[in-house]
Amino acid sequence: MTSVPLVIIALSIAVAFVLALWSRAHKRMDLEQWAVAGRGFGALFVFLLLAGEIYTTFTFLGGSGWAYGTGGPAAYILAYGAVAYVLSYFLLPPIWRYAKERNLLSQPDFFTAQFDSRLLGALVAVVGVIALVPYLQSQMTGLGLIVQMATYGRLPEAWAIAIAMLVLALYVTLSGVHGTAWTAVLKDLAILAVVVAVGVLLPARVGGLHAMFTSIAHLRPGFLQLGAKGMGVPWFISTVALTGLGFYMWPHAFGAVYTAKHERVFRRNATFLPLYQLILLFVFFAGFAAILMVPGLKNSNLALLAAVQHVFPAWAVGVIGGAGVLTAMVPGSLMLMTAGTLVAENLYRPLRPSATSAEIQTVARVVVWMVAAITFLFSIHSNAAIVALLLMGYNFVTQFFPTVFLCVWRRAWVTLPGAVCGILAGELLVAYFALTDHAIVAGLNSGFIALVANFLVTLVVSAATRSWEARRAGQRNAPTQADPASGFDVF
Amino acid sequence: MSIRVLALIPILCIFVGVAFANRTYPIVLGMPFLFFYMVACIVFTSIVMAIVYALDPANRREE
Repeated sequence: MTSVPLVIIALSIAVAFVLALWSRAHKRMDLEQWAVAGRGFGALFVFLLLAGEIYTTFTFLGGSGWAYGTGGPAAYILAYGAVAYVLSYFLLPPIWRYAKERNLLSQPDFFTAQFDSRLLGALVAVVGVIALVPYLQSQMTGLGLIVQMATYGRLPEAWAIAIAMLVLALYVTLSGVHGTAWTAVLKDLAILAVVVAVGVLLPARVGGLHAMFTSIAHLRPGFLQLGAKGMGVPWFISTVALTGLGFYMWPHAFGAVYTAKHERVFRRNATFLPLYQLILLFVFFAGFAAILMVPGLKNSNLALLAAVQHVFPAWAVGVIGGAGVLTAMVPGSLMLMTAGTLVAENLYRPLRPSATSAEIQTVARVVVWMVAAITFLFSIHSNAAIVALLLMGYNFVTQFFPTVFLCVWRRAWVTLPGAVCGILAGELLVAYFALTDHAIVAGLNSGFIALVANFLVTLVVSAATRSWEARRAGQRNAPTQADPASGFDVF
Repeated sequence: MSIRVLALIPILCIFVGVAFANRTYPIVLGMPFLFFYMVACIVFTSIVMAIVYALDPANRREE
């Protein structure tokens, strides 16, 4: 009886693998195929790919866990998507155009091309991989929790996370982006059905939404609004700004932008993707219902799964777990793949220009396993909230925003030294806040403070080094070469 | 001024409006007011972006 969930969850993992191998059988695999799928995707697939990255373990277990553990501040997760999509309308088309003109593959390529500097590209690659680790850790933690739930706690946590790691790394080794895209289709349908069902049925069990929120507000006054644990209105504003601006700065999201067929896709998506964000409400409802159903959990990440086990029959627990597994595998594999490509293309290739593409591909695959192993080591020693992990990743990754923004908007305002100093200043501040355990400083999200410092340093250093940059451009440019400073904003 | 300026309105609703919407009561559509307000902002964002998309010359030119 209790092995039913385990069987269903194992089945969904198997289906994901079959889809990956099936779509691979029809494609020749070189690195461009592997990572960007030959730029052949239409609007629907780009939509599903982007949506697939949004609906992750972070929303499924993290969102419900945060509603359960922190209450009102979880509302930031609703808001930042809207901010990100509005921004995407303006930011993504020029990035896509630039990438297409120059056949760019990865996020660091953008920086390398803009500033004609492999060093900056390498810096961006390193930061990108660092930022991916906490994000990946959140997916692995979620996958581990689901595996553990499926065995009703009989499997120790470290083993569950180890299985999660093996599944992810194997999946990436076998699939590539086409496999991910097909699994994303399956996953989006499954998670939609599961989330709506859970978000409706769990609150119904505790008397419906209105009664549920009234009793929570009664039990814990102020819990359903901002203000508790230092997370007030300034925290909300700075966190929404940080995560909204950083949304497309993730290496995998930035790279997914290149896969679009047409730049108009982004503008059209900006009109309806915000609505997709409303699915999150169901996740929150489930998390809030868990407060009344399974109070006092030590690990808030477990809120949704514990409430589900409390109410649903074994087969339904299996289906929910299976959907949860896909929600972790799709983005998780994409992140691992991105980390592999970043290191192979933007660190290894510059060091060994003579490397063959087979060699580069081998490096990418080895890196996938290394990053998976590193993430595993972080995961087994941590009990961090999934949302806190993601916010940590955002602190790192949003530090790219000032340079990207200036490249698109006012190319003349940013120079190579300005970009390098700005990014380094931002990342060092983030690292300092992380090591001293300051997620919130003066009521603001600490990553936001680093972002502001980064912006100022970028602008000031750029202003001071403008003549140096002009001389460098003059020396470097052979007459036939395209001017790296021209960007797309001709001035 | 370009029609794209319209996109600023939902952004202001989120960043400035939150200071006034940070309350539990009234519970609207079964949700605490803060959550209801963010839902309204999302729907509003989508509507505004649809208007911007329809009127932005950049999207007509390419057809």
